[in-house]
Amino acid sequence: MKKQVPVPAEGAAEKLTFSDILQKVKTFFYDLACGTGRFFRTIFHNKKAFAGLIILAVFICMALFGKFVFPYDPTPDYDARFAGISWEHPLGTDNMGRDVFRMMVAGSSSVLGIALLTAVFTVVIGTVIGLISGLAGGWVDKVLQVITNMFLTIPSFPVLLIMGTLFTIESTLSFAIVLSAFSWGGLSRAVRAQIISLKERDYIQICKVLNLSGAHITFRELLPNIMSFICINFIMVIRSAITSSVGIMVLGLASFDPTNWGAILLNAMDYGAMVVPEARLYLFAPIIFIMLFQLGAILFSDGLDEAINPRLRKN
Amino acid sequence: MSGAAAAKCRAAAKKVWAFLGKHRYFFERLLIAFVTLLLCSLVTFLLMRLMPGDVVENYTQQLMAQRQLSYEAARRLAVQLLNFDPEENIFLQLGRFYSGLFQGNLGRSLYINDLTTNTIIAQALPWTLFVASCGLILSYLIGTMIGARMAYKRRGVENAVHSTYIVVSSTLPDYLFGLIILYIFGYTLGWFPTYGAYDITTPVGFNLQFIGDCLYHGFLPICAYVFTGVGAWALSMKGSSIGVLGEDYVGAGIARGLPERVIVRKYLKKNARLPLVTSLALSFATLFGGSAIMENIFAYPGIGYAFSSYVASRDYFIMQGLFFFMSVVIILANLIADSVYTLIDPRIRRGV
Repeated sequence: MKKQVPVPAEGAAEKLTFSDILQKVKTFFYDLACGTGRFFRTIFHNKKAFAGLIILAVFICMALFGKFVFPYDPTPDYDARFAGISWEHPLGTDNMGRDVFRMMVAGSSSVLGIALLTAVFTVVIGTVIGLISGLAGGWVDKVLQVITNMFLTIPSFPVLLIMGTLFTIESTLSFAIVLSAFSWGGLSRAVRAQIISLKERDYIQICKVLNLSGAHITFRELLPNIMSFICINFIMVIRSAITSSVGIMVLGLASFDPTNWGAILLNAMDYGAMVVPEARLYLFAPIIFIMLFQLGAILFSDGLDEAINPRLRKN
Repeated sequence: MSGAAAAKCRAAAKKVWAFLGKHRYFFERLLIAFVTLLLCSLVTFLLMRLMPGDVVENYTQQLMAQRQLSYEAARRLAVQLLNFDPEENIFLQLGRFYSGLFQGNLGRSLYINDLTTNTIIAQALPWTLFVASCGLILSYLIGTMIGARMAYKRRGVENAVHSTYIVVSSTLPDYLFGLIILYIFGYTLGWFPTYGAYDITTPVGFNLQFIGDCLYHGFLPICAYVFTGVGAWALSMKGSSIGVLGEDYVGAGIARGLPERVIVRKYLKKNARLPLVTSLALSFATLFGGSAIMENIFAYPGIGYAFSSYVASRDYFIMQGLFFFMSVVIILANLIADSVYTLIDPRIRRGV
């Protein structure tokens, strides 16, 4: 394929042919399919995890495709203010006659997007720092621990509020960055503790005796062992990110998206949904959606924990 | 003479060094806490430099109009009152900021005359402390009780009820549960007040009527904290209790034929609660820091409510002062959490 011929080193592996690459790709996909199959089989065997997975899947579909199936029309229609449940408006209408259900569907992509991005950033930062800290030891570990401790102690919610006023959070991405900047501390501490305890196990010592590379030990031996732990933490971060992002929205300090569930709640409270009996659904729709999502996440992560964690499986 | 003095000095230094070494863990924590505090104040200072517009200029105009002063005098007064001069270089500004902090000057309002952060704290802090600590202590007591029961009796209807309760209560963030009970008991049924910390017609003072009124107004927020807090406490107590139940001394107690009541109360709960005390201080910090939303929903005049309303009205110096104060409280709570465990657990104190 390439004109440049590498200098043949003594004892180097034979040149990769196209069929070899094809074979590798094949085995990779085969492993991937097997792994995914095994994963779903464990999930299906666990009732809790299965129920959680279904709830989460519904929410994810809503965030991805909901906009096309139920397009949201923000133009006010004052004749239909605070309408009740009907086929046309499954969750009633708001103070300007807009359909609450469609509003919720439109907001789901914003809420879940913030949560997902926050979780990705948090897990990546937390795992990398925890890994480095646990593997390196010595002064690197000490410095990283001091930094982690600081981020754990800095009162995160007030900082978020201040940052919200000074930077005017106006996109999903910046919101996620701001949220994840203060949430990686706990995860990194936990990953470090796990790595330190795993490092002393026999099989890692054997790897060291066999003179396997540091990369092999880290990515092939250590990471797969803490993967389930990281997965469960990923879901936990999603949950707490939803709680805090909606909280900031309820305070009205990051109002870039009027369909975000927090913004809907704030709007409902501002326009007297607490006292108007017809507006009950307008007020409770976001709460119920958040509850359902959290329920799905809790069930899924509990079931996942039971399915993956061998210590729990025995009991 | 000088040799004796030097020897004395050396002995004293040795003693101090030995003392530091003995309590090394604590002093390390203290140092980290101090550095964190420094960092927090530095971050707020730097963030505050991003505030839009010339705040001092506006304040000067305001003072000129109010007190009939010349521009220079008003400007000097404004700089002095706000403890901030944008024309100085950044190090002088920093020096001014820290000297203000050391004198206990946490900033003053840009819009309301003679309103300083210190008066806001004095008015709002008791309410937050009241609601947060009541909610925390109640949920701790109830949660550890439930957790111990769940660990001791792992089968049966009671356990299923508790597990369901834990899942349901953890689906709701505390402020949303607060919103629901406020809607039901405050607005729809009208059993509880929907705003404020006490009725304005009640005479303020240390008497039964006032305390009763405070409890009446604080009931719903405390309920919200307790309902959502119990689940987490029960879960960690359950984990800790299961560990304790596997210990030999519990088995020995059962073998000696001690009644179940004694084992649960004296052997299980006392030992299983120990590791949770650390989290008590930590969750106080979380409650205190996150009090803004809860107090906003109940319109409860605590620190969080004050903070979020001054953040919303862009009253920068009060924002800065309140944030500094809140970080002091939270860092202190963390320091207590870190150091109190060695004090209460004799096994750790002796280094076993």
